[in-house]
Amino acid sequence: MNAVAASSAPAPIASAEVPAPAKVEVQDLNVWFGKNNAVKDTSLSVQAHTVLAVIGPSGCGKSTFLRALNRMHDLVPAARVTGKVLVDGQDLYTREVDPVLLRRRVGMVFQRPNPFPTMSIEENVAAGLVLNGIGGNHHELVERSLRKAALWDEVKDRLGHAATSLSGGQQQRLCIARALAIEPEVLLMDEPASALDPIATAKIEELIHELKEHYTIIIVTHSMQQAARVSDHTAFFYIGELVEMGATEQIFTNPKERRTEDYVTGKFG
Amino acid sequence: MNVAMTVLCGVALVAAFIPLTSVLYLVISKGAAGLSWDFFTALPKPVGEPGGGIGNALVGTLYMVGLACVMGLPVGVGAGVFLAERGDGTVGRTVRFVAEVLSGVPSIVIGIVAYAMVVVPMHHFSAMAGSVALAIMIVPYLAISTEELIRVVPGSLREASLALGVTNWRTSLLVILRTAMGGVVTACLLAVARVAGETAPLLFTALNNQYWNFSPNQPTASLTVAIYNYAISPYEDWHAKAWTAALVLLMLVGVLNLASRVLTRNRLKGAQ
Amino acid sequence: MVERPHTPSASRAAVGDRLYYGLLWVLGIFVLVVAGLIVLNLALVSRPLFAVESVWNFVHGDDWDPVAHQFGALPFIYGTLVTSAVSIVVAVPIAVGLALFITQFSHKRLAPLLSIPVELLAAIPSVVYGLWGLAVLVPWLRTDVEPFLGRVLGFLPFFKGPALGFGYLAAGLVLAVMILPTIVSVSAEVMKTTPEAQREAALALGATTWESVTWSVLPHSRAGILGACLLGLGRALGETMAVTMLIGNSRNISLSLFAPGYSLPAVIANEFAEATDDIHIGALAGCGLILFVITFLLNAAARWLVTAVQKGPGRVST
Repeated sequence: MNAVAASSAPAPIASAEVPAPAKVEVQDLNVWFGKNNAVKDTSLSVQAHTVLAVIGPSGCGKSTFLRALNRMHDLVPAARVTGKVLVDGQDLYTREVDPVLLRRRVGMVFQRPNPFPTMSIEENVAAGLVLNGIGGNHHELVERSLRKAALWDEVKDRLGHAATSLSGGQQQRLCIARALAIEPEVLLMDEPASALDPIATAKIEELIHELKEHYTIIIVTHSMQQAARVSDHTAFFYIGELVEMGATEQIFTNPKERRTEDYVTGKFG
Repeated sequence: MNVAMTVLCGVALVAAFIPLTSVLYLVISKGAAGLSWDFFTALPKPVGEPGGGIGNALVGTLYMVGLACVMGLPVGVGAGVFLAERGDGTVGRTVRFVAEVLSGVPSIVIGIVAYAMVVVPMHHFSAMAGSVALAIMIVPYLAISTEELIRVVPGSLREASLALGVTNWRTSLLVILRTAMGGVVTACLLAVARVAGETAPLLFTALNNQYWNFSPNQPTASLTVAIYNYAISPYEDWHAKAWTAALVLLMLVGVLNLASRVLTRNRLKGAQ
Repeated sequence: MVERPHTPSASRAAVGDRLYYGLLWVLGIFVLVVAGLIVLNLALVSRPLFAVESVWNFVHGDDWDPVAHQFGALPFIYGTLVTSAVSIVVAVPIAVGLALFITQFSHKRLAPLLSIPVELLAAIPSVVYGLWGLAVLVPWLRTDVEPFLGRVLGFLPFFKGPALGFGYLAAGLVLAVMILPTIVSVSAEVMKTTPEAQREAALALGATTWESVTWSVLPHSRAGILGACLLGLGRALGETMAVTMLIGNSRNISLSLFAPGYSLPAVIANEFAEATDDIHIGALAGCGLILFVITFLLNAAARWLVTAVQKGPGRVST
């Protein structure tokens, strides 16, 4: 069964089969910054091993939405989050869940590559473990993660070099390897290719295709073409509201909402 | 008019250069003659007797500055981290203001405070009292520098670390402070260079000592006090010693400043 | 599914945070404690004096006689103020000119090189300046400058009297050299924040280079330069060694710059180590207290001025 759109009448059930439990389910999520309701009453669900693209014009709340999924707003004093975010049925916003630990299940890659400048390539990949006090030889894990991020062949001879010696695209794949090394289940990506050139972008998109075999991915992107290329489902946000969500092909060829149609045909944004 | 002003500004440049070249020239030309292994290692001799050196004074300076570092560097850096991470509230603003004002307190006043806190209870002058005075001078300066250096570290690094599930304190220590560490080391070197050249706070805390001293509980000679005593004496040969000791002091301070410059340049190069 | 690597438990993480940030709080508050200790100890050590003498008498009396238990600090206050005034009068024009040169009139590549001599000047310890003053400045003043000034400006009370070399003028001049780097670096920092647009607008209106500077850079940096001067003044007031070695250490008050005098830091430096009775020590600590209060107020005012300029008019405070 496909995801449910937040507005309009309940969507028709496409088939009679029992739906697989969603990997990530968001219920009535609201994010407030002071008096500003940046994300309003959002509910959606994401199946395991699929890619959800979150699109919308600038300032529509898509990054804010994404960051609510790994409780990054805990760090912003003025932010308030209500609603539920369930991963495998467990609400992340309950008192029992430690935000520090949950971020090891739900990893994040940021818009601008941010490798740790004082660490080498190898140290960066293993950082998630080493910084948490888990010592020992991580060489195997480093190699595995770099292979998963399609970076191993390019850096295998210079693992000890500074991470900042890599190009922008390589640095971003390094950050992806770093995020994968702690073995999350869900990977959140906040416009991961927007700071990269077209070739590097293509490599990242290819990588996403490979990664969805093992992970569940939610990617925010300002590029509709990118959303069309990499995702299975797409959610369209406008001024903090989830306007419509559905199979990517349907959203782009046959959107149900007027606003969605206007956005994907380029009338605004 | 334009030309006149440019010339005037150039004159200002020259006016500033003259004392600098004069000082450096004199210290080097008058002080170099007295440099010898003996000068570095021997105890001072009474007036009139040839030879003798600043061995105990040099050791005393290194000793007291070292002790002041042990006490002052961690506190200064720690206070700086506090200001950068938790310093936005009322307490933080007060601490920042106080640190800035403290760094302007005359060093001789700090000497009086160290006298009251250490010499009086111990009933005698001591190297420890001198070290305490120097440590008090290190802390505010280092706190201000460290805060600036940590605030410059991009917030994206903190986000990256937290997104990996690293705890707040580990992020602060192992990522943020580690990234700023190059600059912090430089600031420490400069703080040390500054206190190594101080005389006033030592005059009535560590006082002076004609002999070797390795104990924090005894009065101690220092390079700066030695220069002062030699310089204001009426004896020619002691004046010569003053110049040589001044040369040694400038070399010490110069090495520390140079090291901090080199570190800064390497750090900036590496960051590209 | 690969076995999840062991992670620190939630409660241990919270404990770690509390310990670490608790320690940071302690260190931060420690700064306040140090400041409190300074004030407290100065007050305690000077109490024996102020128990028997009023603050007014202390600040106004000009008789300082430890044996007779007479403690009037006026000669020292006077000397401190005079030498600092001389240093400001001499240093400020040179420092501002130098700062202008570094920021406005020199090549982009030249500017960082020019700041090296300024930093070198700042790195030289006070006692070395004193030594240099004794060897160079005092003889030069005695044989050349003071006789010249006495001939040319001798009708003024500031330039009367025998040319000894030692005295207010010598101390003031060496102080000028020592505070120069402070005023230059802070002024240059402030001048750099002048929006380039202001200067370009002046040039577009047909101003010469110098006029564009006076119309844009100087007005913008006015408060900051004043702040820099206050910082320099604060440093001059508290300088000890170079002044002690050059001022002549005489407890007289004289209008003439050629006369020997005394300063608050100098008397503390000379007498504290030998002082034995509590009232004498208390009087010296009283001098220290005066210095502390003056430099505190000056530094607070200076910082406020400098940050007010750097934030710019009408900008929201960070």
